[in-house]
Amino acid sequence: MTTTALTARNDAARPVGSDTVLDVDGLCVEYAGAGEPVRACTDVTFALRRGEILGIVGESGSGKSTLITALTRLQRPPAVTTAGRVLFHPQDGEEPVDLVRLTPRKLRALRWTSLSIVLQSAMDALNPVMRLGAQFVDALREHDRSMSHTAAWEEARRLLGLVGISADRARSYPHELSGGMRQRATIALALACRPELVVMDEPTTAVDVVMQRQILAQVLRLRREFGFAVVFVTHDLSLLLELADRIAVMYAGRIVELASATDVYRTPMHPYTRGLRDSFPPLHAPVTRLEGIPGSPPDLRALPSGCPFADRCPAVMERCRTELPLLEPHGGRSVACHLHDEGIRP
Amino acid sequence: MTDTTIRPVLEAIDVSKHFSVANGIGDAAVVRAVEGVSLRLLPGRIVAVVGESGSGKTTLARLLARFYEPTTGEIRLAGAPVGRTRRARSEKTYRKAVQLIFQDPFGSLNPLHRVRHNLERAIALHHGRMSRQARDERVASLLERVSLVPASDYLDKFPHELSGGQRQRVVIARALAVEPRVLLGDEPISMLDVSIRLEMLNLLDSLRREEGLAILYITHDIASARYLCDDIVVMYAGQMVEAGPKDEVISNPQHPYTKLLVESSPDPHRDVAVDREAIFGDADELGEPPSLIDPPTGCRFHPRCPFAMERCRTTEPPRAVLAEGRWADCWLHEVGRAEELHEAPMTELITRRLSEETR
Repeated sequence: MTTTALTARNDAARPVGSDTVLDVDGLCVEYAGAGEPVRACTDVTFALRRGEILGIVGESGSGKSTLITALTRLQRPPAVTTAGRVLFHPQDGEEPVDLVRLTPRKLRALRWTSLSIVLQSAMDALNPVMRLGAQFVDALREHDRSMSHTAAWEEARRLLGLVGISADRARSYPHELSGGMRQRATIALALACRPELVVMDEPTTAVDVVMQRQILAQVLRLRREFGFAVVFVTHDLSLLLELADRIAVMYAGRIVELASATDVYRTPMHPYTRGLRDSFPPLHAPVTRLEGIPGSPPDLRALPSGCPFADRCPAVMERCRTELPLLEPHGGRSVACHLHDEGIRP
Repeated sequence: MTDTTIRPVLEAIDVSKHFSVANGIGDAAVVRAVEGVSLRLLPGRIVAVVGESGSGKTTLARLLARFYEPTTGEIRLAGAPVGRTRRARSEKTYRKAVQLIFQDPFGSLNPLHRVRHNLERAIALHHGRMSRQARDERVASLLERVSLVPASDYLDKFPHELSGGQRQRVVIARALAVEPRVLLGDEPISMLDVSIRLEMLNLLDSLRREEGLAILYITHDIASARYLCDDIVVMYAGQMVEAGPKDEVISNPQHPYTKLLVESSPDPHRDVAVDREAIFGDADELGEPPSLIDPPTGCRFHPRCPFAMERCRTTEPPRAVLAEGRWADCWLHEVGRAEELHEAPMTELITRRLSEETR
């Protein structure tokens, strides 16, 4: 089960063991264009435990969407995975498979049953000219040929019930549902074949806060029942602090910090993580003047040779300008920042 | 909100806006997007309107910007009713006083023109002919006011060469070009990256402080409303349901919907030791806002409200005027049950009510 030749650097980010469901190592994704290829994801390394909720947070251009389309092999040209691997460990103890190198045919067998995805825009994820239930029947029977049409339709009604949609809605078309209902239906659809891993790409960004709370409550309940792991991508750190077990913070295509939600909130180690945390005004605590993070993210086509955050960093040092900090373990967490190099006290 | 010594610069009085839409078979239906809304904007004060999509907040902003004519009710600028006849001159006076900032800084600047042109055009339209030098000075000072310094770095850029935050600053600079007295911000930060949203809120705050602008801040993000504004107005299904000073409204909601909204909002500074299941535990079924074509009778929140009584279903709730300039449209105050709101776990109660009903 364990993989060979782990460097010490990778140990903290990837505590690989029998409870690991996904093991991402050194993943690099580039966009090939007319000129130099643009690297949108660089050396992304992390492991996801079974049943865990891993939050991935970042601003636009941080590489979070690139990362998940690479993870799920949904990327399209010009995006190309140029290095790294994504090992998926099936629950039944079978040999791990590398999703990056899997043939389309084998990949297809894994989709829905082992790995599924919930996208931001439910309208685009559902077929507008098929009844809701029929789309469930499609997915269910594709992966279990022995299932009868009637049984599949019955299962569709049951699955919709799990997310609070009444069974008779199975006969509705997507446009007849509210946005929140459609998003809940795509979540039920993603769970139809009992996957071990669900990747959620900003699943609640297009819905209101009340619906968001309801959807997340349902996801948590369903995860308790079915035990799937979640990779939850969002720009909303405040949400992840409440929802995720661990949080990976991305900046300019790299993970700059990976720690438990509690640690990210209480003791952020990377100045960017700290800045991001302090960019959310409190709802109840006393209001103080907050500054956010001055400046804007670097252009991925012209990254500086040192730390990509150096220009915006309040704690920038000489070496940050020249030397790129790598993701290093610190206790049970990891950070990519020279402030935490040996011999330098933060 | 109740300060009577300062005269409101912009006022909506019992304003409603109904839209006619054709349904699938060609019959006309009426969408009651905004009903019976009254709002006062005072110089140097910021009012936030919070609510979900479809609550009517954008329609309200557009009514105040006079993109739409109200179906009933009246809008007053500096105490004078704004005429229903659209005379070009009064239009122009109005737009000089009231400027709207849109959500999408990518769509609200002309992409074919440089920053200089985008700003000069607003100056030219509202100030008439000016010498080249005077115009250049004005453009530079506008960019300085929104902290795009040195101005020479930005003047000759095209919108696509700017970041989202810089673009929104240019949009605000353009709004300021006519020296307005009121800024209407329709979700002005929601399309910006998280790390630069605060800069934009701080900019709006300094415009209010230093230049005495009256600002309407429309948002679905209560935490940012609390950060920026003085007063909060909560909208639900086209109506205002509660208003008052921000801290009082958020810490002690007097309408069940406000309570639901506050409970549902993520709070990054909630004690993270609080169990995740406790935060999200009982929010499985919270219902959805009603259709505005055929809104519920009585209180529009009654189909979701765990406190709903018989009269809530039949009769619109009266306005309960409370201490500290607050009010709430809810029957609970009339029957002396408002205390129950304080401790009520709203998401849990709604979930329980709605799941019992479906059972």
